[in-house]
Amino acid sequence: MMLELQWSDWLALFGHFMVLSLLSVGGAITTAPDMHRYLVDGQHWLTDPQFNASVAIAQAAPGPNVLFVALMGWHVGLNAGGPMLGLFGVFVTMLGIMLPSTTLTYLAASWGHRNRNLRWVRAFKQGMAPIVIALLIATGWILASANFRSLSDWQVPLLAAVTAAIVWRTRLHLLWLLGAGALLGWFGLV
Amino acid sequence: MTAAPTDEDEAHPQPQSLTDLFVSFTLLALQGFGGVLAVVQRELVEKKRWMTREEFVEEWAVAQIMPGPNVINLSLMIGHRYFGFRGAMAALAGMLAVPLLVVLLLALVYAQFASHPGVAGALRGMGAVAAGLIAATGLKLMSALKNHPLGLPLCIALALLCFTGIALLRLPLVYVLLGLGATACTLTYRKLDR
Repeated sequence: MMLELQWSDWLALFGHFMVLSLLSVGGAITTAPDMHRYLVDGQHWLTDPQFNASVAIAQAAPGPNVLFVALMGWHVGLNAGGPMLGLFGVFVTMLGIMLPSTTLTYLAASWGHRNRNLRWVRAFKQGMAPIVIALLIATGWILASANFRSLSDWQVPLLAAVTAAIVWRTRLHLLWLLGAGALLGWFGLV
Repeated sequence: MTAAPTDEDEAHPQPQSLTDLFVSFTLLALQGFGGVLAVVQRELVEKKRWMTREEFVEEWAVAQIMPGPNVINLSLMIGHRYFGFRGAMAALAGMLAVPLLVVLLLALVYAQFASHPGVAGALRGMGAVAAGLIAATGLKLMSALKNHPLGLPLCIALALLCFTGIALLRLPLVYVLLGLGATACTLTYRKLDR
Protein backbone atom coordinates (compact mmCIF):
# COMPACT_ATOMS: atom_id res chain seq x y z
CA MET A 1 0.00 0.00 0.00
CA MET A 2 1.54 3.32 -1.10
CA LEU A 3 0.17 6.70 -0.13
CA GLU A 4 0.81 10.29 -1.12
CA LEU A 5 0.32 12.34 2.03
CA GLN A 6 0.44 16.14 1.89
CA TRP A 7 1.15 18.44 4.82
CA SER A 8 -2.56 19.17 4.96
CA ASP A 9 -3.22 15.43 5.44
CA TRP A 10 -0.79 15.21 8.36
CA LEU A 11 -2.41 18.30 9.84
CA ALA A 12 -5.86 16.71 9.47
CA LEU A 13 -4.57 13.55 11.18
CA PHE A 14 -3.14 15.61 14.02
CA GLY A 15 -6.38 17.57 14.42
CA HIS A 16 -8.52 14.44 14.38
CA PHE A 17 -6.48 12.82 17.15
CA MET A 18 -6.60 16.04 19.19
CA VAL A 19 -10.41 15.86 19.10
CA LEU A 20 -10.39 12.15 20.02
CA SER A 21 -8.10 12.95 22.94
CA LEU A 22 -10.77 15.18 24.47
CA LEU A 23 -13.42 12.48 23.93
CA SER A 24 -11.39 9.64 25.42
CA VAL A 25 -13.01 9.47 28.86
CA GLY A 26 -12.39 5.93 30.08
CA GLY A 27 -9.15 5.54 28.15
CA ALA A 28 -7.84 5.97 24.62
CA ILE A 29 -9.07 2.51 23.63
CA THR A 30 -12.67 3.77 23.85
CA THR A 31 -11.98 5.89 20.74
CA ALA A 32 -10.57 2.98 18.72
CA PRO A 33 -13.84 2.43 16.80
CA ASP A 34 -13.74 6.03 15.58
CA MET A 35 -10.07 5.69 14.64
CA HIS A 36 -11.02 2.69 12.51
CA ARG A 37 -13.80 4.67 10.85
CA TYR A 38 -11.44 7.57 10.07
CA LEU A 39 -8.15 5.84 9.18
CA VAL A 40 -9.37 2.65 7.48
CA ASP A 41 -12.85 3.32 6.10
CA GLY A 42 -12.70 7.07 5.51
CA GLN A 43 -9.17 8.07 4.48
CA HIS A 44 -7.81 4.62 3.50
CA TRP A 45 -4.50 5.45 5.19
CA LEU A 46 -4.38 2.08 6.98
CA THR A 47 -5.40 -1.45 5.99
CA ASP A 48 -7.63 -3.53 8.24
CA PRO A 49 -4.81 -5.98 9.17
CA GLN A 50 -2.53 -3.04 10.01
CA PHE A 51 -5.20 -1.57 12.28
CA ASN A 52 -5.77 -4.88 14.08
CA ALA A 53 -2.03 -5.53 14.40
CA SER A 54 -1.53 -2.07 15.95
CA VAL A 55 -4.04 -2.84 18.69
CA ALA A 56 -2.87 -6.43 19.24
CA ILE A 57 0.86 -5.62 19.44
CA ALA A 58 0.31 -2.77 21.90
CA GLN A 59 -1.88 -5.03 24.08
CA ALA A 60 0.77 -7.74 24.13
CA ALA A 61 3.70 -5.38 24.68
CA PRO A 62 4.65 -4.01 28.07
CA GLY A 63 3.67 -0.42 28.72
CA PRO A 64 0.53 1.68 28.54
CA ASN A 65 -2.08 0.48 26.04
CA VAL A 66 -2.24 3.98 24.48
CA LEU A 67 0.86 3.00 22.48
CA PHE A 68 -1.49 1.39 19.95
CA VAL A 69 -1.96 4.97 18.75
CA ALA A 70 1.79 5.25 18.11
CA LEU A 71 1.66 2.08 16.01
CA MET A 72 -1.17 3.51 13.92
CA GLY A 73 0.97 6.57 13.19
CA TRP A 74 3.90 4.26 12.44
CA HIS A 75 1.89 2.24 9.92
CA VAL A 76 0.44 5.36 8.25
CA GLY A 77 4.00 6.70 7.86
CA LEU A 78 5.25 3.38 6.49
CA ASN A 79 2.46 3.41 3.92
CA ALA A 80 3.42 6.97 2.99
CA GLY A 81 7.07 6.27 2.32
CA GLY A 82 9.13 4.39 4.91
CA PRO A 83 10.59 4.27 8.42
CA MET A 84 11.47 7.98 8.66
CA LEU A 85 7.90 8.97 7.85
CA GLY A 86 6.83 6.18 10.20
CA LEU A 87 8.60 7.91 13.07
CA PHE A 88 7.03 11.20 12.00
CA GLY A 89 3.64 9.47 12.07
CA VAL A 90 4.32 8.27 15.63
CA PHE A 91 5.13 11.84 16.61
CA VAL A 92 1.97 13.26 15.00
CA THR A 93 -0.51 10.72 16.39
CA MET A 94 1.00 10.51 19.89
CA LEU A 95 1.26 14.29 20.29
CA GLY A 96 -2.32 14.62 19.03
CA ILE A 97 -3.80 12.00 21.38
CA MET A 98 -1.77 13.15 24.41
CA LEU A 99 -1.56 16.95 24.33
CA PRO A 100 -5.21 17.97 25.01
CA SER A 101 -6.01 15.32 27.64
CA THR A 102 -2.74 15.64 29.57
CA THR A 103 -3.02 19.45 29.59
CA LEU A 104 -6.56 19.21 30.99
CA THR A 105 -5.58 16.59 33.55
CA TYR A 106 -2.55 18.61 34.60
CA LEU A 107 -4.65 21.75 35.15
CA ALA A 108 -7.36 19.79 37.00
CA ALA A 109 -4.78 18.02 39.17
CA SER A 110 -2.96 21.22 40.13
CA TRP A 111 -6.25 22.95 40.85
CA GLY A 112 -7.48 20.00 42.91
CA HIS A 113 -4.20 19.85 44.81
CA ARG A 114 -4.34 23.55 45.72
CA ASN A 115 -7.98 23.22 46.80
CA ARG A 116 -7.78 19.76 48.34
CA ASN A 117 -9.36 20.92 51.60
CA LEU A 118 -12.54 22.22 49.99
CA ARG A 119 -15.47 20.13 51.11
CA TRP A 120 -16.72 19.24 47.64
CA VAL A 121 -13.24 18.39 46.33
CA ARG A 122 -12.89 15.89 49.17
CA ALA A 123 -16.46 14.69 48.57
CA PHE A 124 -15.66 14.07 44.90
CA LYS A 125 -12.40 12.22 45.49
CA GLN A 126 -13.72 10.07 48.33
CA GLY A 127 -17.20 9.64 46.91
CA MET A 128 -15.85 8.19 43.66
CA ALA A 129 -13.86 5.52 45.52
CA PRO A 130 -16.48 2.73 45.54
CA ILE A 131 -17.33 3.48 41.90
CA VAL A 132 -13.80 3.35 40.52
CA ILE A 133 -12.93 0.25 42.55
CA ALA A 134 -15.97 -1.54 41.12
CA LEU A 135 -14.98 -0.34 37.64
CA LEU A 136 -11.64 -2.12 37.96
CA ILE A 137 -13.30 -5.41 38.91
CA ALA A 138 -15.80 -4.94 36.07
CA THR A 139 -12.99 -4.30 33.57
CA GLY A 140 -11.30 -7.54 34.59
CA TRP A 141 -14.63 -9.34 34.23
CA ILE A 142 -15.25 -7.93 30.74
CA LEU A 143 -11.75 -8.76 29.51
CA ALA A 144 -11.96 -12.31 30.88
CA SER A 145 -15.35 -12.99 29.32
CA ALA A 146 -14.70 -11.27 25.97
CA ASN A 147 -14.47 -14.52 24.00
CA PHE A 148 -16.84 -16.50 26.18
CA ARG A 149 -19.42 -17.99 23.82
CA SER A 150 -20.37 -21.26 25.50
CA LEU A 151 -19.43 -23.37 28.50
CA SER A 152 -16.62 -24.99 26.49
CA ASP A 153 -14.70 -21.67 26.65
CA TRP A 154 -14.06 -22.06 30.37
CA GLN A 155 -10.26 -21.89 30.31
CA VAL A 156 -9.74 -18.11 29.94
CA PRO A 157 -12.25 -17.08 32.65
CA LEU A 158 -10.85 -19.78 34.97
CA LEU A 159 -7.25 -18.64 34.44
CA ALA A 160 -8.32 -15.02 35.04
CA ALA A 161 -10.17 -15.97 38.24
CA VAL A 162 -7.26 -18.01 39.58
CA THR A 163 -4.87 -15.15 38.77
CA ALA A 164 -7.13 -12.65 40.54
CA ALA A 165 -7.26 -14.84 43.65
CA ILE A 166 -3.47 -15.32 43.71
CA VAL A 167 -2.72 -11.61 43.26
CA TRP A 168 -5.33 -10.62 45.81
CA ARG A 169 -4.10 -13.00 48.50
CA THR A 170 -0.34 -13.41 47.89
CA ARG A 171 2.65 -11.25 47.00
CA LEU A 172 3.86 -13.43 44.13
CA HIS A 173 5.60 -11.32 41.48
CA LEU A 174 3.22 -10.42 38.64
CA LEU A 175 5.72 -11.43 35.94
CA TRP A 176 5.62 -15.11 37.10
CA LEU A 177 1.88 -15.11 36.49
CA LEU A 178 2.21 -13.53 33.05
CA GLY A 179 4.93 -16.05 32.18
CA ALA A 180 2.70 -18.91 33.33
CA GLY A 181 -0.17 -17.55 31.25
CA ALA A 182 2.07 -17.29 28.18
CA LEU A 183 3.27 -20.91 28.63
CA LEU A 184 -0.26 -22.27 29.13
CA GLY A 185 -1.33 -20.42 26.00
CA TRP A 186 1.72 -21.52 23.98
CA PHE A 187 0.92 -25.19 24.62
CA GLY A 188 -2.73 -24.64 23.76
CA LEU A 189 -4.05 -25.24 27.27
CA VAL A 190 -5.87 -21.90 27.44
CA MET B 1 -10.81 8.46 56.39
CA THR B 2 -12.70 11.64 57.17
CA ALA B 3 -9.59 13.80 57.55
CA ALA B 4 -8.32 15.91 54.67
CA PRO B 5 -6.17 14.00 52.14
CA THR B 6 -2.80 13.50 53.74
CA ASP B 7 -0.72 14.96 50.92
CA GLU B 8 1.67 16.66 53.31
CA ASP B 9 2.02 13.55 55.45
CA GLU B 10 5.74 12.81 55.81
CA ALA B 11 5.10 9.38 57.32
CA HIS B 12 5.67 7.48 54.10
CA PRO B 13 8.68 7.64 51.78
CA GLN B 14 8.83 9.76 48.64
CA PRO B 15 10.70 9.61 45.34
CA GLN B 16 14.22 10.96 45.79
CA SER B 17 14.62 12.92 42.56
CA LEU B 18 13.34 13.41 39.04
CA THR B 19 15.66 10.62 37.93
CA ASP B 20 14.19 8.31 40.58
CA LEU B 21 10.72 9.17 39.29
CA PHE B 22 11.70 8.59 35.64
CA VAL B 23 13.44 5.27 36.33
CA SER B 24 10.66 4.04 38.63
CA PHE B 25 7.97 4.73 36.03
CA THR B 26 10.05 3.21 33.22
CA LEU B 27 10.43 0.01 35.25
CA LEU B 28 6.72 0.00 36.10
CA ALA B 29 5.75 0.42 32.47
CA LEU B 30 8.06 -2.34 31.28
CA GLN B 31 6.47 -4.83 33.71
CA GLY B 32 2.96 -3.91 32.64
CA PHE B 33 1.85 -6.46 30.06
CA GLY B 34 -1.78 -5.93 29.13
CA GLY B 35 -2.11 -2.85 31.33
CA VAL B 36 0.11 -1.02 33.79
CA LEU B 37 -2.35 -0.20 36.56
CA ALA B 38 -1.89 -3.46 38.52
CA VAL B 39 1.87 -2.89 38.55
CA VAL B 40 1.54 0.77 39.57
CA GLN B 41 -0.64 -0.22 42.56
CA ARG B 42 1.67 -3.08 43.56
CA GLU B 43 4.91 -1.10 43.27
CA LEU B 44 3.99 2.41 44.41
CA VAL B 45 1.52 1.52 47.15
CA GLU B 46 2.67 -1.85 48.47
CA LYS B 47 6.43 -1.88 47.83
CA LYS B 48 7.69 1.71 47.70
CA ARG B 49 4.85 3.02 49.91
CA TRP B 50 4.84 6.43 48.21
CA MET B 51 1.10 6.60 48.81
CA THR B 52 -1.60 4.83 50.84
CA ARG B 53 -4.41 2.81 49.28
CA GLU B 54 -6.84 5.62 50.09
CA GLU B 55 -4.64 8.22 48.38
CA PHE B 56 -4.18 5.92 45.41
CA VAL B 57 -7.94 5.50 44.99
CA GLU B 58 -8.47 9.27 45.21
CA GLU B 59 -5.89 9.98 42.50
CA TRP B 60 -7.29 7.14 40.41
CA ALA B 61 -10.79 8.65 40.61
CA VAL B 62 -9.51 11.87 39.03
CA ALA B 63 -7.35 10.03 36.46
CA GLN B 64 -10.39 7.97 35.46
CA ILE B 65 -12.82 10.84 35.08
CA MET B 66 -10.50 13.03 32.97
CA PRO B 67 -10.18 12.32 29.24
CA GLY B 68 -7.06 10.54 28.08
CA PRO B 69 -5.30 7.28 28.93
CA ASN B 70 -6.01 6.63 32.63
CA VAL B 71 -2.60 5.30 33.57
CA ILE B 72 -0.89 8.20 31.79
CA ASN B 73 -3.10 10.65 33.70
CA LEU B 74 -2.29 8.85 36.94
CA SER B 75 1.49 9.00 36.39
CA LEU B 76 1.23 12.68 35.47
CA MET B 77 -0.64 13.38 38.72
CA ILE B 78 1.72 11.35 40.89
CA GLY B 79 4.74 13.10 39.36
CA HIS B 80 3.08 16.47 39.87
CA ARG B 81 2.34 15.69 43.49
CA TYR B 82 6.04 15.36 44.35
CA PHE B 83 7.93 17.66 41.95
CA GLY B 84 5.34 19.90 40.27
CA PHE B 85 5.48 20.34 36.50
CA ARG B 86 8.94 18.80 36.14
CA GLY B 87 7.81 15.77 38.11
CA ALA B 88 4.77 15.35 35.89
CA MET B 89 6.96 15.44 32.78
CA ALA B 90 9.51 13.01 34.27
CA ALA B 91 6.80 10.48 35.17
CA LEU B 92 5.16 10.87 31.76
CA ALA B 93 8.48 10.41 29.93
CA GLY B 94 9.25 7.35 32.07
CA MET B 95 5.90 5.82 31.21
CA LEU B 96 6.24 6.40 27.44
CA ALA B 97 9.85 6.69 26.18
CA VAL B 98 11.28 3.18 26.58
CA PRO B 99 7.95 1.34 26.12
CA LEU B 100 7.51 3.21 22.82
CA LEU B 101 10.85 1.87 21.57
CA VAL B 102 9.89 -1.64 22.69
CA VAL B 103 6.53 -1.51 20.93
CA LEU B 104 8.13 -0.28 17.68
CA LEU B 105 10.69 -3.11 17.83
CA LEU B 106 7.86 -5.60 18.40
CA ALA B 107 6.00 -4.19 15.40
CA LEU B 108 9.11 -4.82 13.29
CA VAL B 109 9.35 -8.50 14.27
CA TYR B 110 5.60 -9.18 14.59
CA ALA B 111 5.04 -9.92 10.91
CA GLN B 112 7.41 -12.94 10.99
CA PHE B 113 5.74 -14.60 13.97
CA ALA B 114 2.12 -13.50 13.85
CA SER B 115 0.94 -16.70 12.15
CA HIS B 116 2.65 -19.08 14.64
CA PRO B 117 -0.12 -20.80 16.67
CA GLY B 118 2.03 -20.78 19.81
CA VAL B 119 2.36 -16.99 19.66
CA ALA B 120 -1.38 -16.48 19.30
CA GLY B 121 -1.93 -18.88 22.24
CA ALA B 122 0.64 -17.16 24.42
CA LEU B 123 -1.03 -13.80 23.77
CA ARG B 124 -4.40 -15.31 24.75
CA GLY B 125 -2.92 -16.74 27.95
CA MET B 126 -1.30 -13.42 28.88
CA GLY B 127 -4.57 -11.64 28.14
CA ALA B 128 -6.39 -13.91 30.60
CA VAL B 129 -3.77 -13.24 33.28
CA ALA B 130 -3.93 -9.49 32.60
CA ALA B 131 -7.72 -9.59 33.13
CA GLY B 132 -7.17 -11.29 36.48
CA LEU B 133 -4.55 -8.70 37.48
CA ILE B 134 -6.95 -5.82 36.91
CA ALA B 135 -9.76 -7.49 38.84
CA ALA B 136 -7.35 -8.27 41.71
CA THR B 137 -6.27 -4.63 41.87
CA GLY B 138 -9.91 -3.68 42.44
CA LEU B 139 -10.38 -6.44 45.04
CA LYS B 140 -7.31 -5.26 46.97
CA LEU B 141 -8.31 -1.62 46.90
CA MET B 142 -11.63 -2.54 48.54
CA SER B 143 -9.80 -2.37 51.87
CA ALA B 144 -9.48 1.38 51.24
CA LEU B 145 -13.27 1.57 51.76
CA LYS B 146 -13.13 0.44 55.39
CA ASN B 147 -12.80 4.00 56.73
CA HIS B 148 -14.97 5.60 54.07
CA PRO B 149 -17.33 8.36 55.30
CA LEU B 150 -20.33 6.52 53.84
CA GLY B 151 -19.62 3.35 55.81
CA LEU B 152 -18.78 -0.05 54.38
CA PRO B 153 -22.31 -1.41 53.65
CA LEU B 154 -23.33 1.60 51.54
CA CYS B 155 -19.97 1.54 49.72
CA ILE B 156 -20.45 -2.13 48.86
CA ALA B 157 -23.98 -1.45 47.63
CA LEU B 158 -22.71 1.34 45.33
CA ALA B 159 -19.86 -0.86 44.09
CA LEU B 160 -22.26 -3.74 43.35
CA LEU B 161 -24.57 -1.43 41.40
CA CYS B 162 -21.60 -0.12 39.40
CA PHE B 163 -20.33 -3.66 38.70
CA THR B 164 -23.80 -4.76 37.58
CA GLY B 165 -24.21 -1.77 35.28
CA ILE B 166 -20.81 -2.08 33.60
CA ALA B 167 -19.97 -5.79 33.63
CA LEU B 168 -23.40 -7.43 33.40
CA LEU B 169 -25.71 -4.89 31.71
CA ARG B 170 -22.86 -3.33 29.65
CA LEU B 171 -24.20 0.21 30.08
CA PRO B 172 -22.07 3.02 28.59
CA LEU B 173 -19.40 4.16 31.04
CA VAL B 174 -20.43 7.79 30.88
CA TYR B 175 -23.96 7.11 32.24
CA VAL B 176 -22.65 5.02 35.09
CA LEU B 177 -20.01 7.60 36.02
CA LEU B 178 -22.52 10.45 35.87
CA GLY B 179 -25.41 8.65 37.58
CA LEU B 180 -23.77 6.57 40.29
CA GLY B 181 -20.77 8.90 40.60
CA ALA B 182 -22.94 11.95 41.25
CA THR B 183 -25.04 9.99 43.78
CA ALA B 184 -21.96 8.75 45.64
CA CYS B 185 -20.32 12.19 45.68
CA THR B 186 -23.49 13.92 46.90
CA LEU B 187 -23.97 11.39 49.70
CA THR B 188 -20.32 11.76 50.70
CA TYR B 189 -20.59 15.56 50.62
CA ARG B 190 -23.43 15.40 53.13
CA LYS B 191 -21.44 13.11 55.43
CA LEU B 192 -18.27 15.22 55.45
CA ASP B 193 -18.01 17.92 58.03
CA ARG B 194 -16.78 21.28 56.85
